[in-house]
Amino acid sequence: MHFDSLNSFFAMGGHGFYVWLCYGIFALIMAVNFLSPAIKRRQILKDIERQMRREQK
Amino acid sequence: MWQALKRLYHRLGSPKWFFEISAKWSPWFLWIGAALMAAGLVWGLAYAPADYLQGNSFRIIYIHVPSALLSQSAYVMMAVGGLIGLVWKMKLAFVVSKVIAPIGATMAVLALLTGAIWGKPTWGTWWVWDARLTSMLILLFLYFGVIALHNAIENEDLANKAAAILSIVGTINIPIIKYSVEWWNTLHQPATITLTKKPTMAPEMFIPLVFTILAFYCWFAVWLFARTRNEILWRERRTQWVKKWVRDNAL
Repeated sequence: MHFDSLNSFFAMGGHGFYVWLCYGIFALIMAVNFLSPAIKRRQILKDIERQMRREQK
Repeated sequence: MWQALKRLYHRLGSPKWFFEISAKWSPWFLWIGAALMAAGLVWGLAYAPADYLQGNSFRIIYIHVPSALLSQSAYVMMAVGGLIGLVWKMKLAFVVSKVIAPIGATMAVLALLTGAIWGKPTWGTWWVWDARLTSMLILLFLYFGVIALHNAIENEDLANKAAAILSIVGTINIPIIKYSVEWWNTLHQPATITLTKKPTMAPEMFIPLVFTILAFYCWFAVWLFARTRNEILWRERRTQWVKKWVRDNAL
């Protein structure tokens, strides 16, 4: 372990703001990339189900 | 041999085959990527020694370099997909090209933002209009251009072709990004990783970087598969196999 305490880990030797801001943006962009196709997929499934119901009538 | 290649080509062109095989591969890429990412980030953030010049701000490297690399690889893949689509009229290649654009754009944004934030404590400025930073910004705009073409052109065939041509022409920017740190004076440091030379970083800083790079590429595969599967479902929505699949996977 490079850091001797949790506080010094978060402080990152005074560069904590820059480091954690970067990792925050990273987390956000990962979430977007995982979630947006999942949301789209639900929507497509719904649309196809509606289309199938229409065809049955 | 030729027969086998031909068979592979036809399978690759088959949306149904891609849909089935990608469902099998996705979880592997997801979890191997997650393990690599966790290991790389814990090691890189908590255990790797601090840089003797930059201190702890260098730890941004573990997301900056992977996203920058991936944004360029993804771009080349998008252009190659476009080329295959244009030359061999392979629909699936166009689909892959189209879905790469938004993913690649997020990677370019991540590389640019982490670079700017890293630049502040290191160079004393968020941004300079030098060759490396400007060519990366152009990469992002090329992605935006491809996305805009797909959104603006109603005729799908035409949109695919226009996007393919823009992607192919834009690949000229890739070697410019790569060599920008050698050709021009820049604040940006030279390449951290080269395939031909030994790394200039200490192994305990370098190995976690290799982990996060591999993790980014694994997750890229997951995102690419998920978006391509969505496109296939929608395009093939009138076929029997999709209807059956929807029935089996009802919400």
